[in-house]
Amino acid sequence: MLAFLLTLMLLLSVVIVLAYAERKVAAFMQDRLGPTEAGPYGSLQAVLDVLKLLQKEDIVPAQADKSLFKLAPILIFAAVFAGFAVIPFTPDVVPAGIGIGVFYLLAIVSLDVVGLLMAGWGSNNKYAMLGAMRSVAQIVSYEIPAGLAILSAVMICQSLDFQEISYQQGVLLHAFPGMEYETNWLFGIQALGIDTTTIGGITTWNIFRAPMLLVAFIIYFIASLAESNRAPFDIPEAESELVAGFHVEYSGFRFAVLFLAEYSMMVLVSLVAVVLFLGSWNTPLPNIGAAQLANWTTGSVGALSGNLWAAFWLLSKTFVLLFVQLWARWTYPRLRVDQLMHLCWKVLTPLALAVVLAAGIWRLLMI
Amino acid sequence: MEKEAYKHKTGFWQGVKSLMSGARLTLRHFANAGKRRKPVYVSDDSYFKQPDGLATLTYPYEALPVPDNGRYRLHNEMEDCIVCDLCAKICPVNCITIESVKATEDIGVTSDGTKKRLYGPVFDIDMAKCCYCGLCTTVCPTDCLTMTPVYDFAEVDIKNMIYHFTDLSPEQAQEKQRLFEKQQEEMAAAKAAALAARKQQQG
Ligand code: SF4
Ligand code: SF4
Repeated sequence: MLAFLLTLMLLLSVVIVLAYAERKVAAFMQDRLGPTEAGPYGSLQAVLDVLKLLQKEDIVPAQADKSLFKLAPILIFAAVFAGFAVIPFTPDVVPAGIGIGVFYLLAIVSLDVVGLLMAGWGSNNKYAMLGAMRSVAQIVSYEIPAGLAILSAVMICQSLDFQEISYQQGVLLHAFPGMEYETNWLFGIQALGIDTTTIGGITTWNIFRAPMLLVAFIIYFIASLAESNRAPFDIPEAESELVAGFHVEYSGFRFAVLFLAEYSMMVLVSLVAVVLFLGSWNTPLPNIGAAQLANWTTGSVGALSGNLWAAFWLLSKTFVLLFVQLWARWTYPRLRVDQLMHLCWKVLTPLALAVVLAAGIWRLLMI
Repeated sequence: MEKEAYKHKTGFWQGVKSLMSGARLTLRHFANAGKRRKPVYVSDDSYFKQPDGLATLTYPYEALPVPDNGRYRLHNEMEDCIVCDLCAKICPVNCITIESVKATEDIGVTSDGTKKRLYGPVFDIDMAKCCYCGLCTTVCPTDCLTMTPVYDFAEVDIKNMIYHFTDLSPEQAQEKQRLFEKQQEEMAAAKAAALAARKQQQG
């Protein structure tokens, strides 16, 4: 229960920061000022937006399928929020550490799709229905390259446990029960003879342990943009062309929940990318000779310092990825539906399959 | 200059290159967000060219100064107005309403030395109708009707767009009117008396 509340608080604060950052980043990239009035430099803008939404009238269309309509936002948010349960925030803190975290995450986040369809169908509005169908088609399609990219990381790590994957990518490798005698080699190849177990830092991140995971990371990142309906894959809710997509009939609190779910999804996919590919909560600084940068910026497991450093690194890496998401949104034009499907089925999926094969072979070399 | 045909480039590396150049562009703008446009006068060098930085001004707090000889909201310096009605006559949209009352006593001169003979109990300009042609300011013999640099004067109630420039309160105006009528009556009486006296003399 405590983990639930803490995660919810953390998520809400990250989402508020993200919503504000989105407006400021957009403004700066377009040579505008962005919000300036609410609070210093407009920093209270996102909070006030949420307050405004909460005060609005809660409208349920007369012709809507009321139970579906009311249930959908809760289901969508619950599906995304449940995904946070298995994310390790520090070496000690993971809301619900289960051995098959990756599998659970993929499964529970897919439930999102059901919520989207319920929202579109329940609204009894043809635009909402079309928007929901587009969203679902897009999300289901992009789950394949995303899943394959995750699979290649899982194959390299030989684990479905996010916490174990995290431990593998840093100097704390031996602190994880069952991995006391494991070694990390540079690029994962023992034949090179460079032991990076005690060097840690960026050299033990998954994208370094197995270089083809860099490709997997890029595939996953692109697919995750599409999964969270972000630009340049935001045709389901293209503001400039459509009214809103599947949530066109929603207002007030229900809309706020959908909005929250969308931003939570962005945070979740960034977190997963960080945990699987970018070294999770491990520091990027390696130990070089006497300068034990990695040890200094890791702290000790179980102590406060270890938790704070880990949370700091995890959050800052996540925010970098979130910034890249915003950056992409304000740089690239939207893809057409056919281009979207072309990219997914003809480019990303074959590439991801090739990466899975390469990861398998690499894993054989790593033994 | 010879025109080169635009060749449509395709391929993976072309795609990557164009994605990178787009990303660089937005990142450059993001990095330059520390710079701001300054609310400078048109004579400043940076008025027309702003190579980088944010272009927006926080308008009500800072605004670009308008040129001195632009045409914006009118102002009438009533002290100097001789209520000659020229401005109302030339106004193409008839948005100036003037009523005048003859002064019974000496009411001084304007700042350029023209003698004032009339009171203006009504001097209204309807800024909602005004087309800012500036004709009224050019015909004004005493240069009391001028354009100010104020351009932001929207009102919620359109009645407030009518600007009243008269310096007389309604009571004062009535008083002046009464005085004028009294003077007229006195003059008429005096005239009648004079006429009667002349008739008597002749008769
Ligand atoms: S500026 Fe033109 S339209 Fe406006 S009051 Fe003067 S004469 Fe009339
Ligand atoms: S033209 Fe000038 S002096 Fe004459 S009535 Fe108009 S404002 Fe007054």
